[in-house]
Amino acid sequence: MLVSAAVAIADARIGKYGERTFSGRPHTVMERSYIAFKSSAWIVVLSGFVEPLLYLFSFGYGLGKFIGTMNVGHGHVVTYAAYIAPALLATSAMNGAIYDSTFNVFWKIKFDRIYEGMLATSLGPLDVALGEIGWALLRGFAYAVGFTTVIVPMGLIQNWWGILAIPAAVLIAFGFAAIGMAITTYMNSFQQMNMIQVVMLPMFLFSGSFYPLSVYPHWTQEIIKALPLWHAITLVRSLTLGDISLGLLPHIAYFLVMIFLGLFFTTRRLTALFMR
Amino acid sequence: MNSPAPILIRATGLTKKYEDFVAVNGIDFSVAKGDSFGFLGPNGAGKSTTMRIIAATLNRSSGSIEILGKDPELHGPQIRAHLGVVPQQDNLDQALTVTENLYVYGRYFGLPKKFIRAKIEELLEFAALEEKRDVKVEALSGGMKRRLTIARALISEPEILMLDEPTTGLDPQARHILWDRLFRLKEQGVTLLITTHYMDEAEQLCDRLIVMDKGSIMAEDSPSGLIKTYSTKEVLEVRFGSDKNALVAGELEALCERIEVLPDRILMYGEDGEHLLHTMKESGLQPLTSLVRRSSLEDVFLRLTGRSLIE
Amino acid sequence: MTNKELERQGSLKIVDTAKIMKYGALFVASARLRTLSKWMISVIAASFANPLFYLLSIGVGIGSFVNAHSTNHTIDGVPYLTFLAPALLAMVAIQDGLSEVTLPTLQGFLWEKNFFAMNATPITGKQIALGTFLAAVTRTFFSVLVYFIVIVAFGAVDSGRSWIAIITAMFASSAFAALMMGITAWAKNSDLLLTFVGRFIVMPLFLFSGTFYPLSSMPIFLQWLGWISPLWHSIELGRYFTYGHHLSGTALALHFGYLLAMLVFGLLFSFNEFEKRLSK
Repeated sequence: MLVSAAVAIADARIGKYGERTFSGRPHTVMERSYIAFKSSAWIVVLSGFVEPLLYLFSFGYGLGKFIGTMNVGHGHVVTYAAYIAPALLATSAMNGAIYDSTFNVFWKIKFDRIYEGMLATSLGPLDVALGEIGWALLRGFAYAVGFTTVIVPMGLIQNWWGILAIPAAVLIAFGFAAIGMAITTYMNSFQQMNMIQVVMLPMFLFSGSFYPLSVYPHWTQEIIKALPLWHAITLVRSLTLGDISLGLLPHIAYFLVMIFLGLFFTTRRLTALFMR
Repeated sequence: MNSPAPILIRATGLTKKYEDFVAVNGIDFSVAKGDSFGFLGPNGAGKSTTMRIIAATLNRSSGSIEILGKDPELHGPQIRAHLGVVPQQDNLDQALTVTENLYVYGRYFGLPKKFIRAKIEELLEFAALEEKRDVKVEALSGGMKRRLTIARALISEPEILMLDEPTTGLDPQARHILWDRLFRLKEQGVTLLITTHYMDEAEQLCDRLIVMDKGSIMAEDSPSGLIKTYSTKEVLEVRFGSDKNALVAGELEALCERIEVLPDRILMYGEDGEHLLHTMKESGLQPLTSLVRRSSLEDVFLRLTGRSLIE
Repeated sequence: MTNKELERQGSLKIVDTAKIMKYGALFVASARLRTLSKWMISVIAASFANPLFYLLSIGVGIGSFVNAHSTNHTIDGVPYLTFLAPALLAMVAIQDGLSEVTLPTLQGFLWEKNFFAMNATPITGKQIALGTFLAAVTRTFFSVLVYFIVIVAFGAVDSGRSWIAIITAMFASSAFAALMMGITAWAKNSDLLLTFVGRFIVMPLFLFSGTFYPLSSMPIFLQWLGWISPLWHSIELGRYFTYGHHLSGTALALHFGYLLAMLVFGLLFSFNEFEKRLSK
């Protein structure tokens, strides 16, 4: 029997692992995002890149004068700008990932019904989840690279381990994008979506971006250490300061778990929303 | 003689239950290759639910269904590769232009870029959207959006095109353009699956129909076969004024094969409407208005369920 | 006539055109405030939660490092929290005033187009603008009041006349809101405008208006950002009243004058833009 190209492509996956939820084409979902992005407002994307730089200039250099240097342990002393730069790098990776994986995704589910259209094709829910999270990750990654290329010439990353901050940013963006999208698929209203923003700012302000956790009482420190941004900041800061040890593994593991849970719940929820 | 066309879809005892109600109640049907197959029924009859089960985007509760020999719950992606889906509410990608919508959709099926680009030209012509190719979707009219949705569904060259209420909400002119395109597809041998609550649409487009109500199949045949079985050749519609209709009903019943008393009028079924009108007037009954017409699927539905299709 | 009919006739209100023409702005403002009052608590909570987080994180957290580093020369001679508090107070006012004018203006012209409906009555464009503005100012006042109580509770104000900082904050808020209301009415691409204003105007204002450290310690080529910023003028005045930050009489007059000019210009500009847009 003569079959169409679309059928031949789908049939080629019969018997492969996860064939019912995955068709091996998340890149086509990312391609869609890229095409939509090309005609979207550049200024919005650009602004996400500028924001951490503004913080760096205002706090690192402005306020830095009144703070002097920071003691980062092992007798290591760095300027205040060098202290907050890695935190801003981690935060911009997070923000970039969150923009695309929360509000944009919510809009696509509730109003444009984009995923309904995607899932009427031979794509599976895991393709959609990976494609959307992958795109969100790219934005986080782009912000991190942009920020790094500005701060390296400023002398804020002074050792070669610092290069690893880039892959770390990818890991961080991936984790936040996955969890962000998973949470969004459970949301019903804009009021609920606003809760995400309500959580983001205090997380940024209290996760050790601007000073070590030691200023807090013990119980507060424990809470903050449970939050993902603290792990992200600690990981990137250790890398840019060249403080490499096995102690970094738990931070990496934290994000791997986030990625796994995010993908798992997103796929499950997309199936429940559009394929049950 | 040609061997009969192969069966593409076969459902037996297909049932979909939700917590407190049964959307589809043990229905059996089969669709052969090249058929133009319709589901006719009012809103809530279970048509769209059946369509979603066929489209492998909804799991059934019980019964069995095979699409091209495969179970949609086990081979969703493979089955969807055979289908072109036109949902009831357009879900075009608002952020993209006309061609971008087509392109991206082809990519979802994994089709090569070159193949899609050539196909887009063909589909733009088919949908008469060449001039709108680089226009954002939100700027299109309702009829254009529908045509684009159909074109999008055809990008993967599906064997089966599924249309859920294809012309609901369109103006008469846009409906006729759309019907014309669907005819062309039919001629090309595409199997069409159509749900509708418009009997004229069902009569125009479908070779075979199932009439659904409250999740069950009431009848199945060709449109003309249904009319033959469940109605007479002609119908006489008369009005006596809203409070008098019921009073004269008894007298009228004796004159024809069957009557239906509706709130605003009486339908009298017979082989010759004009003759019926004549005998009625002779017996001294003078209606306010009268109309003779041919039987339609509306009459079939009324006969089968005692209710009108559009309420 | 039956009693019922009489009653119905009695409750019929004749539209008092003269009254509407006189008090149209107040009608607009009270309509807006009534819809807001349903959300009052959550709105106020949201608008002062963020500055509260800054107060804790920057004021207390970073403050401990600033105070430790600068024992002999604290910023402006006061504890860091005292220095920061009036700035955040002004920021609450400006941010709230801004969102309270931009959102209803976009709603009125674009999303729900209710301004056009209002304009179909004898209410004029100028009255709609003024009403929206008055509602925003009233709403903002509550946030500022709540926030002031918070900073008093933190022990971040120093003098008996510090309550005047509420007024200076409201002054800057009104001036900026009036101007931005006009710009919102003028702009075509609304969604973009919101993002643009948020990221390229409010954020730099917040970070470079001498909020976290004196403007004078910024490089001179960046100081102009503060000079044009209503936030900076408001902060200078706020600091003057809360802890006696030194200001000369001329400086006082300049700060007030700048804000007053912005307020007057902003309102006139808004009235004009509202009338123009409604008559299109």
